[in-house]
Amino acid sequence: METKTIQETQTQPTTERLTGSEAIVRCLLAEGVKTLYGYPGGAIMPVYDELYKYQDKIHHVLTRHEQGATHAAQGYARISGEVGVAIATSGPGATNLITGIADAQIDSTPLVCITGQVASHLLGSDAFQETDIVGISTPVTKWNHQITKASEIPEVIAKAFYIAKSGRPGPVLIDITKDAQFEEFDFSYQKCTAVRSYKAVPEVDETSLNAAAEIINAAKKPLVVWGQGVILGKAEAEFKAFIEKAGIPSAWTILGVSAIPTEHPLNVGMVGMHGNYAPNKLTNECDVLIAIGMRFDDRVTGNLATYAKQAKVIHFEIDPAEVDKNVKTDVAVLGDAKVNLTKILPLIQKKEHSAWRRAFDDLYAIEYEKVIKNDLYPTKEGLTMGEVLKEINNQSNGEAAIVSDVGQHQMIACRYANFKQTKSNITSGGLGTMGFGLPAAIGAKMAAPEREVVCICGDGGYQMTIQELGTIFQQKAAVKIVVLNNDFLGMVRQWQQLFFDKRYASTEMTNPDFVAIAKGYYLNARRVTKRDELAEAVQEMMESKEAYFLEVCVEKEDNVFPMIPTGASVSDIRLA
Amino acid sequence: MEQESKLFTVSVYTENNIGLLNRISAIFQRRHINIESINSSVSEIENVSKWTIVVNLAEAQMKKIIGQIEKQVEVIKAYYHTEEEIIYQESCIFKMKSDLLFDERQIQNIIKDSNARIVTVNKQFFVIEKSGRKDEIELLYRELSVFGIMQFTRSGRIAVSKEEMKISEILAVLE
Repeated sequence: METKTIQETQTQPTTERLTGSEAIVRCLLAEGVKTLYGYPGGAIMPVYDELYKYQDKIHHVLTRHEQGATHAAQGYARISGEVGVAIATSGPGATNLITGIADAQIDSTPLVCITGQVASHLLGSDAFQETDIVGISTPVTKWNHQITKASEIPEVIAKAFYIAKSGRPGPVLIDITKDAQFEEFDFSYQKCTAVRSYKAVPEVDETSLNAAAEIINAAKKPLVVWGQGVILGKAEAEFKAFIEKAGIPSAWTILGVSAIPTEHPLNVGMVGMHGNYAPNKLTNECDVLIAIGMRFDDRVTGNLATYAKQAKVIHFEIDPAEVDKNVKTDVAVLGDAKVNLTKILPLIQKKEHSAWRRAFDDLYAIEYEKVIKNDLYPTKEGLTMGEVLKEINNQSNGEAAIVSDVGQHQMIACRYANFKQTKSNITSGGLGTMGFGLPAAIGAKMAAPEREVVCICGDGGYQMTIQELGTIFQQKAAVKIVVLNNDFLGMVRQWQQLFFDKRYASTEMTNPDFVAIAKGYYLNARRVTKRDELAEAVQEMMESKEAYFLEVCVEKEDNVFPMIPTGASVSDIRLA
Repeated sequence: MEQESKLFTVSVYTENNIGLLNRISAIFQRRHINIESINSSVSEIENVSKWTIVVNLAEAQMKKIIGQIEKQVEVIKAYYHTEEEIIYQESCIFKMKSDLLFDERQIQNIIKDSNARIVTVNKQFFVIEKSGRKDEIELLYRELSVFGIMQFTRSGRIAVSKEEMKISEILAVLE
């Protein structure tokens, strides 16, 4: 390999004669991997043979589809802050990983994916189960590499872990030919600590910190919008100290939520398409917008031409390519959130901004009256998704990690789940991957077995990876699964109702007996159709020591509000 | 307001790795940007490759793309330059029928006046090589085309910047 990798120059490690496949497992152990998710097949069999031998040291979880392996690894990574590992064979095994890899790329989740490949002499011959997975995965990986010689394995895997977890995290794919897995070589392992051409974290710039502090101190109506960067940077405490001292109302993106508790007085809710009324409206009234570890996704900003044009924009960001990408910044504070928030704290004046904060309360009162009250305390007959979340909050005391799939239920889960601790909201944000929820919940539960993990799915996305019930059963992963069933692809149906004159093209679902399916996998399962059963059913689920499936049949044609229609301004957020 | 498109020459210093071509070209492809020309070669630094990419786009987008290129793990540094900020050359070769050399006397003058040179001559054909700027090559093409060109090919642009690109210093810091 040509790339210059700079490795720790400790005492020279001793070498051992190993096969490539055993070396792969030893590399994973050296990186602290205890659990990996995957699916065997021809081109990866030598590695599986070693996983068999090392099964007391490393736990391989057989998912029911390779997509499930990547999502489980993502769930594992998101709740633990560690690198998630997925493994698959060549060809279809490898291509099935792609959705999860693309999801991890756009949501900055550290993953190392290992794929088997046909023997090197067969490369390019259209051999059985040969596919150009390095070519295919290039646009959706932070880095990827193909290994054709066993001797490359330690250096490349060390580099893979370093790249996956450092700086702005992301997925790395390593493709290893079968002959390299069989080949013997002298193995030794050193962790990678730097790569010559790669700067993981930009250096701290005191000038920009001072400039940012000056603008923040002069602000009359400042607003913070934070994203997952606060969580990925383990900067929750520093973030909380910063907003508390500066007295700034703070709103979150879908991946930022849970960095501070939901009940924190400065937490003013979610920004974006289905976010809260106040932070969206007031984005266009603040005088300083402080973005921290977020990337101004179009679902957050709505129409950029009318987004926060009146405000000075400060962007705390680890990835220089994000600065000025969508929103022009006045001051970019590049670098690690934890470091920069620590450094800016003494430069910030203590403020209250009481009148400005009351503006958020006033708009919240409007949203409560028009939307929230009806979601959480409905007076109509049909069950709402919101009241299910309220019941889960009540009974989990806000301690549960909520894993959601994609769609209406996801928006409801993120809007109404009550979080007390960080890394508690695991969902597919950027890619919007239906089918993410169930396998991600497995990974989350295995990484944090002490925590209650509640997976919230819709009836659509649930069926995209429903086979992972088999993994839950086999692994005895005590995941609590809630399907909010409205017999529709609800979010698409909502758009059809609002923007396509109710032409419900292919969004109505004729669904199976979900309870029977769960029972087929020997899970405890129950269906709720009436409000007076809900509390007791949720209680039964939460008290279960094992996995539990709860189907709640909700109102079929409820919509999620507030809503900013595509291309509209955040100011034009609709309450109905 | 949309900025006007301009011709930019991008210089990218990278590690010499398989697959980087895909990674770099995907950045342009994803944004539906046509690459006018692309060249990859060794650079002034051992084991460091230099890419010269010519694209036509608005400067604001150019800046964003430089960010995306630099973000790639194996990219050391990327720069963009306007036409005024670089010295550049392209190269081209023409394959022509040998009879023309004797039958059409002005071909010799065209070759001389355009600072082109004859690389090889045999019974069937001769080959003309010319390095220069795009308009010079286009002029030569027009002049020769009346006699019938058997084959023609032009290289991608290669360029050096007038300002220093301090790659050695950057590498020293990174190492």
